[in-house]
Amino acid sequence: MSKGRFGIHGGQYIPETLMNAVIELEEAYNHFKDLPDFKEELEDLLKNYAGRPSLLYYAEKMTRDLGGAKIYLKREDLNHTGSHKINNVLGQALLARRMGKSRVIAETGAGQHGVATATAAALMGLKCEIYMGKEDTDRQALNVYRMELLGAKVHSVTSGTQTLKDAVNETMREWTARVEDTHYVLGSVMGPHPFPTIVRDFQSVIGREVKQQMLQKEGRLPDALIACVGGGSNAIGLFYDFIGDPGVRLIGCEAAGHGIDTDKNAATMATGTVGIFHGMKSYFCQDQYGQIAPVYSISAGLDYPGIGPEHAYLRDTGRAEYVPVTDNEAVEAFEYLSRVEGIIPAVESAHAIAYARKIAPAMCKDKILVVNLSGRGDKDVAAIARYRRVQIYE
Amino acid sequence: MSRVQQAFANGKAFIPFITAGDPKLEITEQLVIKMAEEGADLIELGIPFSDPVAEGVVIQRADERALAGGTTTDKIFGMVQRIRKVCSVPMAFMTYVNPVFTYGAGLFMKNCRETGIDAIIVPDLPFEEKEEVMPYCSEFGIDLISLIAPTSRDRIRMIAREAQGFVYCVSSMGVTGVRKEITTDVGEMIRLVKEVRDIPCAVGFGIFSPEQAARMAGLSDGVIVGSAIVKIVEQYGEGCVPHVAEYVRTMKKAVS
Repeated sequence: MSKGRFGIHGGQYIPETLMNAVIELEEAYNHFKDLPDFKEELEDLLKNYAGRPSLLYYAEKMTRDLGGAKIYLKREDLNHTGSHKINNVLGQALLARRMGKSRVIAETGAGQHGVATATAAALMGLKCEIYMGKEDTDRQALNVYRMELLGAKVHSVTSGTQTLKDAVNETMREWTARVEDTHYVLGSVMGPHPFPTIVRDFQSVIGREVKQQMLQKEGRLPDALIACVGGGSNAIGLFYDFIGDPGVRLIGCEAAGHGIDTDKNAATMATGTVGIFHGMKSYFCQDQYGQIAPVYSISAGLDYPGIGPEHAYLRDTGRAEYVPVTDNEAVEAFEYLSRVEGIIPAVESAHAIAYARKIAPAMCKDKILVVNLSGRGDKDVAAIARYRRVQIYE
Repeated sequence: MSRVQQAFANGKAFIPFITAGDPKLEITEQLVIKMAEEGADLIELGIPFSDPVAEGVVIQRADERALAGGTTTDKIFGMVQRIRKVCSVPMAFMTYVNPVFTYGAGLFMKNCRETGIDAIIVPDLPFEEKEEVMPYCSEFGIDLISLIAPTSRDRIRMIAREAQGFVYCVSSMGVTGVRKEITTDVGEMIRLVKEVRDIPCAVGFGIFSPEQAARMAGLSDGVIVGSAIVKIVEQYGEGCVPHVAEYVRTMKKAVS
């Protein structure tokens, strides 16, 4: 079996043109990740630029309102650029610079990863181009302009379903054309090895902080962790440090769109089968001939037909559980958290909030839930207004 | 001698690619037979995939057309079976690893064998991952064609040592599609292959003109042309057969 396996999942299913690039990336990562000056540079940026550690906030009103488990929110939305994506991007941009690359490219769904990449590129003096599905450039127009302000060039991808999957296709195509001077800043724990490992390592700061903060505040580990999953980077970032703690339930919330019994969802674990796509073996929404299915979610960031290989493995082994959350549940949670806690969550993160609302009331008051608030919701306000048929423009 | 080896037995080979089911399977069937008559030495049949990450826009659109027309792997096997009743030209499937894996690699290779496919080219299955399908290729006698790229460098010898049928030399960086100029030192790539193995090398990606084809044939054992043909199919639709035939005739002459 080849490198980068999580059980049967993972691997390096990519064109030969890219093989030396991923081998060089793996070597560079293994070389730099433990070098004191690389670690110091990254830690300094995370602290002084991104604003880490992010808060672990006790959502007292929400806890009281639901009347069950004690709920904490991990406030990744308070990071610079407004989501957890900056954790990975700062690490990869530093790596790209040390590898002598002058240019970075990235895919983005909701635009959070694109904004984070454009930000890091601006800071580090790297040229930056972002690929985003046409449907997403339409529904997240503000983020497109944000990336342009940061000096990035944004390509609107018109092939296929014109969403995140197609943005990944197009970024891979671009990488094969210019692999020598360009690093592909993959935004999630997916793609060919070593990306799922690199992204997980850079995101695992979330869970490490939660563990420390929880021990400080409560003197014990939480009972369950809840995070939304598209590719799965914020979820693996939260889960990773707790995988060896069997008392902690790990729950990933995937986008069920209009419902898993309809053909409009992106719930890979609930409706997918094992396949090989975007460089990895994992679960994918696909037909009997291996054609990747067009998926749907109100959330551009979760609108992806696959899931990272480490999640597939955590599911196979039963260590983590994955649950579907519909558009409607997510929108209600979006509004709920805004109203009850004064925090507007990203619609992606609202999927996790929705599931917390479902299970917290039935749990004892001495149980503790941690929900990853992976991003802030400013970018989604217009889309939620549309969903509610509220006219906010003249 | 295997059918793939036969393709390289009579001088330089001309290898056209078309997407199966574009614009429909009946036309693909006619195209294969006609291209063989016009001197194609081996024919690459693309099994359309929803997300062809190694393809440029021309073949992407062909895949979309074929899938929209209801083309499936099973229907393509059926077509190959019909072609084999009247035509013995060597044929290779070109597709992505997911359609093979999801179909079941064992069943896929068995059907290749039974319908008369000689080889398979899988651009997203590099050397390190070939065990995914290799045991089934061996079991059913299907050649798994290896690709080498301008970035392969030190990997070329390793790949060549275990290559089967022929080595597919990717002439340029990036995806498929016509290019005005091919700047890679293709001759050097092929020299590295031949150092370790006496195996035919065919050059593909970017070739469209007879002049380019002649130059590449001078450096290699064969020339692969895809997007330029698929463009003709796109332009003429169901009336494409005579136009493709004429192009194949010209290109075959250029490489000979």
